[in-house]
Amino acid sequence: MIAGLAFYAFAAVLIASAVMVVTSRNPVHSVLYLILAFFNAAALFLIAGAEFLAMILVIVYVGAVAVLFLFVVMMLDIDFVRLRQGFQRYAPIGAVIGGILFLELVFVLGAWQSSGQAPELRLNAMPADVQNTVAIGRVLYTDYVFLFQGAGLVLLVSMIGAIVLTHRDRVQSKRQNIEAQVTRRTQLDMAKVPVGASIGALGILRPPVPEEKPKVIAHDDDHGHGHGGHH
Amino acid sequence: MLDIGLGHYLTVGAILFVLGIFGIFLNRKNIIVILMSVELILLSVNLNLVAFSSQLGDLTGQIFAMFILTVAAAEAAIGLAVLVIYFRNTGSIEVEDVSTLKG
Repeated sequence: MIAGLAFYAFAAVLIASAVMVVTSRNPVHSVLYLILAFFNAAALFLIAGAEFLAMILVIVYVGAVAVLFLFVVMMLDIDFVRLRQGFQRYAPIGAVIGGILFLELVFVLGAWQSSGQAPELRLNAMPADVQNTVAIGRVLYTDYVFLFQGAGLVLLVSMIGAIVLTHRDRVQSKRQNIEAQVTRRTQLDMAKVPVGASIGALGILRPPVPEEKPKVIAHDDDHGHGHGGHH
Repeated sequence: MLDIGLGHYLTVGAILFVLGIFGIFLNRKNIIVILMSVELILLSVNLNLVAFSSQLGDLTGQIFAMFILTVAAAEAAIGLAVLVIYFRNTGSIEVEDVSTLKG
């Protein structure tokens, strides 16, 4: 009962925010509505009993992907007014294709039926005695460990790719020139410094430091205003 | 009516999928919103997988949804990186300009 009402509420907010994502004028609003949609989808996952995926959705999508979108939208200086041109022109064809697709999906929804053998065909039946996270972990780290590693590789490659693509080589940065260091020919000498003497006493190592002039403390013209505040 | 079954989830997933497709057509010029629409489509696919997994009592759907999540995150990162360098080179993110890449 309560789960049913919650499902309808979350599904309504999810669909409404998805509509706002695709029709919003400002892409920043689009990203924020996308975050709202992810939260509501996570709630739907919770209702379906997939707690681990719901948390992953919040962490990965809201915490990483949506914030990445937000960074890019705010970082790029884009003329959004020009991007809106042609919005009405593309709307009818999009509506037609979307409507046809939705009709097809409705036909599929109206005609499907579950096989009677479906319970025997399960690959990994849900254990009844443990939580969702434990159950996923038991399967993921045993049967699907190679797929898991493959997913890690995909993420690694995408991380390296994103860094390589967007990294700018700044010429003004100081960096080590190893070749010049290795091939330098200067003779280095050891100097014996007597205990207690400074290296300035040897007279060979450093250019003389010009003496600093003592600071003139100006306190003769603002007696009436108290201390500080005029520097 | 208030018993939530597989059909409800599939309906929500279908609506979300169609909205994603509609968003791709609607925002033909703005690649950022197109990427967001792709995220919506992948979310609807995940919703379907989780609904079937929950209905059939089979964990495989949830594991598959996790891998889809991984691929979606990687795709978003790469897509936005390509978008950033494209914007840096041309000063625009319109899809029609991207056709200059061909040939």
